[in-house]
Amino acid sequence: MQRSRFLFCLMFLFSSLTVLQANDVEQDIAKIKQVQKEGQGNLTASKAVQQLSQSDASALIPILSSFEGANPLALNWLRGAFEAIAAKAIQQKKLPVKKLEEFILDTSRNPRARRLAYETLIKVDPAAADRIIPGMINDASVTLRRDAVQRLINEAKKLEKADKKDQAKKVYQQALSGATDSDQVKNIVKPLRSLGEKIDLQKHFGFLSEWMIVGPFDNREKKGYDTVYAPEEKLDFAAALEGKEGKVNWKSVNTKDDYGIFDVAKSISPYKGAVMYCAADFHSPQKQSLEIRLGTPNAWKIWVNGKLLFARNEYHRGMVLDQYSVPVTVQPGKNVILLKLCQNEQDDSWAQRYQFQLRIARPSGTGVRSQKPEATTQLSP
Amino acid sequence: MKNEFLKLVLPLIAVCLCCGADWPQFRGPLTNNVATSETPPSKVDQENIAWSADLEGRGASGPIVVGDKVFITSTTGFKQDQLHVHCFDVNTGKRLWERQFWATGRTQCHNKMSVATSTPASDGERVFATFSSNDVICLDLDGNLLWIRGLSHDFPNASNSLGMASSPIVVGETLIVPVENDDDSFTTGLDVKTGIARWKIKRPRVANWTSPAILKSTPEAEALVLLQSSEGVDAIYPETGETAWQYEQGAGRIPSTTVGENILFVPSNGLTALAPGTSSDPPKVLWKEQKLSPATASPLVYQKKVFTVNRAGVLSCGNLQTGEIVWRLRLKGPFSATPIAAANHLYLISEKGLLQVVQLSEEKGDVTGEIDLKETILATPAISNNSLFIRSDKHLWKISSK
Repeated sequence: MQRSRFLFCLMFLFSSLTVLQANDVEQDIAKIKQVQKEGQGNLTASKAVQQLSQSDASALIPILSSFEGANPLALNWLRGAFEAIAAKAIQQKKLPVKKLEEFILDTSRNPRARRLAYETLIKVDPAAADRIIPGMINDASVTLRRDAVQRLINEAKKLEKADKKDQAKKVYQQALSGATDSDQVKNIVKPLRSLGEKIDLQKHFGFLSEWMIVGPFDNREKKGYDTVYAPEEKLDFAAALEGKEGKVNWKSVNTKDDYGIFDVAKSISPYKGAVMYCAADFHSPQKQSLEIRLGTPNAWKIWVNGKLLFARNEYHRGMVLDQYSVPVTVQPGKNVILLKLCQNEQDDSWAQRYQFQLRIARPSGTGVRSQKPEATTQLSP
Repeated sequence: MKNEFLKLVLPLIAVCLCCGADWPQFRGPLTNNVATSETPPSKVDQENIAWSADLEGRGASGPIVVGDKVFITSTTGFKQDQLHVHCFDVNTGKRLWERQFWATGRTQCHNKMSVATSTPASDGERVFATFSSNDVICLDLDGNLLWIRGLSHDFPNASNSLGMASSPIVVGETLIVPVENDDDSFTTGLDVKTGIARWKIKRPRVANWTSPAILKSTPEAEALVLLQSSEGVDAIYPETGETAWQYEQGAGRIPSTTVGENILFVPSNGLTALAPGTSSDPPKVLWKEQKLSPATASPLVYQKKVFTVNRAGVLSCGNLQTGEIVWRLRLKGPFSATPIAAANHLYLISEKGLLQVVQLSEEKGDVTGEIDLKETILATPAISNNSLFIRSDKHLWKISSK
């Protein structure tokens, strides 16, 4: 009788401690998720993360689950605690591998949390990659998807080498459906084209290729960046505007470049100390959160539906695909994008580029096309 | 005022004393590229490699050494947006721990450099890792997260499309983090315990890859931090960010000011030697010498001489008081890593991975040993435990006496 009482007390104590730890974990997570910009909440979060990092492996899945709704700063704090706990769990051989795999395969979970779970799992079970990755070709996680694409590229290369061209083509096409990183896209498109496939990369990436453009306006001494010219006040494509060299009119331009580059210097004129305005429509079937992804070596400002979205006063520090990613909420129907592109007066040979590429993408990087062609003739103020 | 002074100076002295053989930040304990009590090997060959550890991804940041641990940063991922902090055992090269974080700012940078180009810093209790994304990560020496800041997340126009490279330094209880670029350009002093800004000052809106240096005119004097930019050098108080004095004749944006013998050697008009200013007097130009103009590597002051390396890989030794060239030695360059010094020798590692050891004398320098590590090396090495710690993208090496 006494023995069973003792056992009951022990069990009660154990379950109480477990509940207490679970409560502590949830409380610490909640405190960490309060961190905001400029160090707000750091003091509380610092104490919470140190406490949370001492938890046992049972805290791992709750931490991953808490990624949903966490801001980018909080995600890193949570990751710090997760990794400290996971490192101990691996050492003690207590990593909850089954639960981690279930978490990875649950696509309703936060993509970054799933990737973190995957990276942790393969530390103890490298073979998990073969089970998990092949199904990730269209996953919301950028990096899980990238791994899946890479597997297909490797497979297609082998097929191509074995002269199984039709099979190789199919696998390359499958790889392209998930590829958003430019290196992988290039590695797919080159062989696919040599196998006779026609690929519209502008469509794949979601580049805007049809633009209305007007200029040049004055940007001597880089003063035009902050000068409000007529297109910033009203978009009237029929109006003649006062430019740097006299009256200027809007004109329709387009680019056939695979990567949507419109080269002002080559297609119009190598202006120096100039501002050009470029406008395009983007039609969306519904209100949605997307990103404007811009590449340019020039200073720029961008407005969507008349609202200034972001501005960057930097010249000739290189240009790459997706150089800038600016979150945007597009409205159902037509959205008007206005880009102000500024060229300075530097005469160095490396400072002559006057160009841009702009695409619309989901946060995962997949391109989103305008529902109608972004025919600039349809643009209206 | 006296209390304020003690509050500032005591931690600095404490850090210097307790670090002893540590190499806690870019260019060492006093940011002058010199290890005073270390004797790394003076004649080196392949057999001097005590250990090497594998790394993955990219990294041009230098290693730091605190106690028996070596810390290093790197990045992985197609966009270099996975930020890593690694810790290795000084004696064995065994990886003790690794932590990863996501970049919250932009990770675009020039192909030559990496998102992990800033060397981390330590106050002896904590490690502060900064990246081109302007994420600042503070861990304890066992890898436990203490705090994080995302400075580009907070200030989205604080970035550089060619990448940020300035390394942070710790003075007292302030971590000085330069975030200087073409747009939202600033330097901030963060509380080492919380990451909360003690101060944030606007800086010239021009891309800047230089790193701060510490100026301590006398053992009793208050430590100042030297911030270099295209406009010159600002000496600021580390606790408040207020300006003590300014040199306004312009300066380079890659090699950084070095202090030695209470003289500032500024990459400005070639190389300019400055006597420090005061709150009432501007700094005094002692000399300017075009022939001592440094390329990427910062100047070095050692044994009452000033040393620079030019674009052709020529090491120049100059007279500290006059700027006159004393001797020159052609080395196998080019060099991105700053030369470091200990025990009457200079250690220079070329971009091609060739470590060259130069023995110093009054009249000349002699190469006394070389090790070809056969990998691209851009990071400034560390000296600690009578050894050199050198990193490439792929490896971390410890070079010791046999």
